[in-house]
Amino acid sequence: MIAENKKTPAARYGMTIDVDRCNGCGSCMVACAVENNVPPAAAGATDRTGLTWIRVFKIDNGAEGADRRSAFVPVLCQHCGKDAPCVSVCPQQAVDVDPATGIVGQMPERCLGCRYCMAACPYHARYFNWWDPAWPAGMEKTLNPDVAPRMRGVVEKCNFCHGRWHAAKAQAVANGKTEIDPADYIPACVEACPNGAIHFGNLNDPATETARAAHQPDSFRMLESLGTDPKIYYHSKKNWVREISAAPRPGTAKETARG
Amino acid sequence: MANHMFQQIDKEFITRGVRRCSTPRFILWLVPWVALLLFGAYSAGLCLVKGLNQTNMDNRYAFGLWIFVDLTIIALGAGAFFTGFLLYILKFKELKAVINSAVVIGLVCYSGAMAALMVDVGQPLRAWFTFWYPNVHSMLTEVTFCISCYLTVLLIEYLPIVLKNRKLRDVPGFLVFEFELHKLIYVLAGVGTFLSFFHQGSLGGLYGVLRGRPFAFREGIFVWPSTFFLFIISAAAVGPSFLICTTWLVEKITGKRLAKDRVFDLLARISGILLSVYVLAKTIDTLIWINRTSPGLGFTASQYYDWKPFGTWILFAEIVLCGLVPALILLTPRLRARRAWLIPAAALACCGIALNRYVQTVQTLALPTLSFDKFLSYTPSWQEVGTFLGVLAYGVLVYSFSFRYFQIFPEERELKIEVRPQQEEEPVLAGRF
Repeated sequence: MIAENKKTPAARYGMTIDVDRCNGCGSCMVACAVENNVPPAAAGATDRTGLTWIRVFKIDNGAEGADRRSAFVPVLCQHCGKDAPCVSVCPQQAVDVDPATGIVGQMPERCLGCRYCMAACPYHARYFNWWDPAWPAGMEKTLNPDVAPRMRGVVEKCNFCHGRWHAAKAQAVANGKTEIDPADYIPACVEACPNGAIHFGNLNDPATETARAAHQPDSFRMLESLGTDPKIYYHSKKNWVREISAAPRPGTAKETARG
Repeated sequence: MANHMFQQIDKEFITRGVRRCSTPRFILWLVPWVALLLFGAYSAGLCLVKGLNQTNMDNRYAFGLWIFVDLTIIALGAGAFFTGFLLYILKFKELKAVINSAVVIGLVCYSGAMAALMVDVGQPLRAWFTFWYPNVHSMLTEVTFCISCYLTVLLIEYLPIVLKNRKLRDVPGFLVFEFELHKLIYVLAGVGTFLSFFHQGSLGGLYGVLRGRPFAFREGIFVWPSTFFLFIISAAAVGPSFLICTTWLVEKITGKRLAKDRVFDLLARISGILLSVYVLAKTIDTLIWINRTSPGLGFTASQYYDWKPFGTWILFAEIVLCGLVPALILLTPRLRARRAWLIPAAALACCGIALNRYVQTVQTLALPTLSFDKFLSYTPSWQEVGTFLGVLAYGVLVYSFSFRYFQIFPEERELKIEVRPQQEEEPVLAGRF
């Protein structure tokens, strides 16, 4: 009923990532950390306890010698559909799916730090603040004033640069518009990718590059069989890369992609 | 002089008609447990002050030793609600002999689990948020509400045990209060049973609802996955077994007989019957999961057991070795009448439930879901182990004080003058059930 009364139809923001274009440079990870005030790794942090809202995995086809092929797969919060696995489990409603944008949001101010959402996420895209956030002396001047750093003991994850969404919304209001201009809302990782491998936009708008790319024959989503309805679409012309979307097969590691 | 006075005061608090060890001996027994409790408090303090970076948990292993222990001790503490249910609602009068012990064990298990949970969450001061902003769809909300309420019920149930203390009974107000509280016991038993059924179930549902973790995900009825019901049955089955083990252990440590053989026999029977039901339900559930649920999510069940050390042996150990075998022993009158069979069978049943909770918590998180992710292992840090040992020490201390000063086993006085029947005699069967 509410949706019918709205003048602007609900958006469904999503991304397409062209795996064949990604060279694993990590620019997206750096840009994301700078934009979202993700602190540098604390002394003692490992790759299992560090914070990064987007993580680039290196995979290979399992072959040896000249037949060996590699690819890089950026993995971030997949912004699942309205039944996102992390939303229903949170005991204090610190996670939600915004019906107006489809973005899965995380409220660190309300988070208990129980980490149930992390256990629920099949993409391992949620990160816990195991340490107090700290920046080396002088670096605090580089913090983004539009994004609040998160405290120790709470979970955080990609929110499609929510600070930028707010800025774009404010810009639209200032221009007397109700809808965001797509050019005003581009997440930092999309902007930073030197190869143009990542596209972002409203998947409900068929005119966008993202919506078109999402429906190409070589596009796929991670673990679609789980029914999580993710909004991150990957694209590759290589069969062995597309196989990564399926469940792990430990007994046949040689024949499939490996991390 | 002061020492003598202290011993005199100590004696005045001990229940009439029962013998307890001397004050120095009791203090000697307490010393290692107090030391362990202090070590646990230090470990937990480090985690609270410095943060959960003191643990070996990580972004993949979001849960570790503490959640496994919490789930296990809450299942083992189920004897409190289930014995109360059998005694006050179903009128199994024989169980009056162990109900106080069951309440103390329940209180220790639940309060210990709550304490560990408070250390386990990143922002313990925000625990009240769950009551203020409850997400009614979350199993964890149900767990938090039910466990908090049931812990309150347990505290109220524990109060009459305390107020019956020889010295405290001298205060007329306490006596009246205890009498009035006792009138409520049937209501409390009913409320406790209701709450416990729900939180045991929602603890099972905690993992069963995880659609993103096909190893743990189960189909079910309405909003409840099958693990909801399996956890209830398994907790009810293992609660009496744990009561058998603890009563036997206290008998061995104190060198006294505390409950009649017919009580052990009845508890064993109840445990055996429920364990059989659980084994059957678990087998059916596993078959449905292997053949329908997991393949439906794109994961063949056999792949979970390719990641060593989690081979199929774990299924065998959980269902057959620690499920079917103890169930058969507990159901056989001749075997359960002999302590040499009864105690290992009860212990095996407890181990089986612990293994089930381990599989649910640890194995679920160890298995990768993305095809290019790795299988990971986890070893708890000394701070995690220390906190767990602190909870264990706390439990032993509360039980030790309760045993010394309160009437935990009402049959103890009676049994003091009885001659213990020979182990090889005909089994003594309970009068009913």
